[in-house]
Amino acid sequence: MSDPLHVVVLVKQVPDTYSERRLREEDWTLDRDATDPVIDEIDTRGVEAGLQLVEEHGGEVTVLTMGPERATEALRKALAMGAARAVHVQDDRLAGACALQTSVALAAALRTLAPDLVITGNESTDGRTGSLPSMLAERLGVPQITSAKALRLDAATRSLSAERVHDSGVTEVTATLPAVVSVNEKTNEPRYPNFKGIMSAKKKPVSVLGLDDLEVDPARFGTGATSTTVLAGAPRPARAAGETLTDDGQGNSVATVVEHLVAGRLL
Amino acid sequence: MSQPVLVLVDHAGGALRPITAELLTAAARLGDPTAVVVGTPGTAQQLAAELGRHGASRVFAAEGPDAEAYLITPAVAALAAAAAQTQPVAVLLPSTIDGREVAGRLSARLESGLLADAVDVRLAEDGTVVAEQSVFGGEYTVHARVTVGTPIISLRTSAIEAQETAGTAEVVPVELVVDPAVSARVVAEHPEPAGDRPELTAADVVVSGGRGVGSAENFALVEALADVFGGAVGASRAAVDSGYYPSQFQVGQTGTTVSPQLYIALGVSGAIQHRAGMQTSKTIVAVNKDPDAPIFELADVGVVGDLFTIAPALTEAVRERKG
Repeated sequence: MSDPLHVVVLVKQVPDTYSERRLREEDWTLDRDATDPVIDEIDTRGVEAGLQLVEEHGGEVTVLTMGPERATEALRKALAMGAARAVHVQDDRLAGACALQTSVALAAALRTLAPDLVITGNESTDGRTGSLPSMLAERLGVPQITSAKALRLDAATRSLSAERVHDSGVTEVTATLPAVVSVNEKTNEPRYPNFKGIMSAKKKPVSVLGLDDLEVDPARFGTGATSTTVLAGAPRPARAAGETLTDDGQGNSVATVVEHLVAGRLL
Repeated sequence: MSQPVLVLVDHAGGALRPITAELLTAAARLGDPTAVVVGTPGTAQQLAAELGRHGASRVFAAEGPDAEAYLITPAVAALAAAAAQTQPVAVLLPSTIDGREVAGRLSARLESGLLADAVDVRLAEDGTVVAEQSVFGGEYTVHARVTVGTPIISLRTSAIEAQETAGTAEVVPVELVVDPAVSARVVAEHPEPAGDRPELTAADVVVSGGRGVGSAENFALVEALADVFGGAVGASRAAVDSGYYPSQFQVGQTGTTVSPQLYIALGVSGAIQHRAGMQTSKTIVAVNKDPDAPIFELADVGVVGDLFTIAPALTEAVRERKG
């Protein structure tokens, strides 16, 4: 390839899945203050995939995120891993954005970056709709390979090939750059940032873009223009306290377990 | 005649996957179920009788060689074409990896709101479509609606019980136009060999092992108990990370979410990460040697004890009981 490869990796800050997550009772949206934010684990695999490709073919990784100011932490982690620069789409009008609004803003930001390849996680652990990669591919008018592993790039033909893991097997696929790729938990093992990486990350450029910097229709944004609305929500009813027994070491508890299963028509 | 509701038919090699009947059943609650088949020529005709029996009154046949040569975009094109013809009240798809991806592209193409992984759908009194979603691994149930465009809803497998009707479906061809420039091309398919055990998400009984199982070899105990129930085997993240069991069987926030009739946890401590993937199970039985393990807070029946004694004894007792 004559030009160096430009890979943009999307990262997202999410509530730590190891802590309790809550919805706000006023509007049933995620209470982001109630949990510890971390970079979505899957996104570190996206960064790793991007870094591996530019290490092999030459080029640079840019990381892109959308979120409030503190989402910068997710960008710094990616920069410490080895990304060259970061772009942060940050605008108060994006608070509470739905997936469709998010895809409009991110697609507009991606157009300004003109990448050869966009890499995302296959689904974020908080939203879990898994729809953003394909929404972006549609808006950018490019092919997508989701849940990809064994990514290989033929730089001469700009042809990307991968194994795509889906619910009923594995498909070998190819697509021509530019393209959108999403990675899953089996794609790779992300590297840990070393001390040098962490220090140099502090000096790497992070540019902030607001909606006014993007070619978008501002009327599409704001909580009044979301494409979905939650009408009502309810926390899971507490489970009735069950019975706990202590086995005598000889399996005397088994009869009681079987009785329960029979009573519940499970046997 | 009520308004059409489009359903993307999930099929493999001319055989319907069970989610298709569930989608048609859900569609009937919203309007007139209209199936969209994307496949090689003749597929829709082959499936029409079965689709009709599950409530489809019409079957759109989007057929051609491109249907299987490209990934995702053929289904998007077919649904977009069918939507342009019918102005549906909603489009329903399976909440599988493929289904959710089709839904994402379609949502951007039609500039329509998307509700993913619904467990139920209904028509509100004012005629709007309401989807019920179970979020954060069942911590919350929310009811949501689409406020822009045509509601696009992906439905979780096994969430709705499929019903049969005495209907028949008429096949209507729809043009399939795929743009190769924006599509990934399929080079080869490697279907997963169908094992003897049911899929995790579809199983009535799931038996999971955690770190307490101690080794890959010891997972034979977990498998043996699953097999007497005809159930699926799961594993906690700790067990997967320790290399005891392959990652596709991981139950939890970063794995599969299951909601079986019976969930048996062997040597699983019950970290939030794991609970998020199984706490909506109907009945939970837990065996752990640590009386303080958080899994006991969820368990309907908790046994503090040695799984290496209890699991084989339980396997034997269930086998006797089942004759």
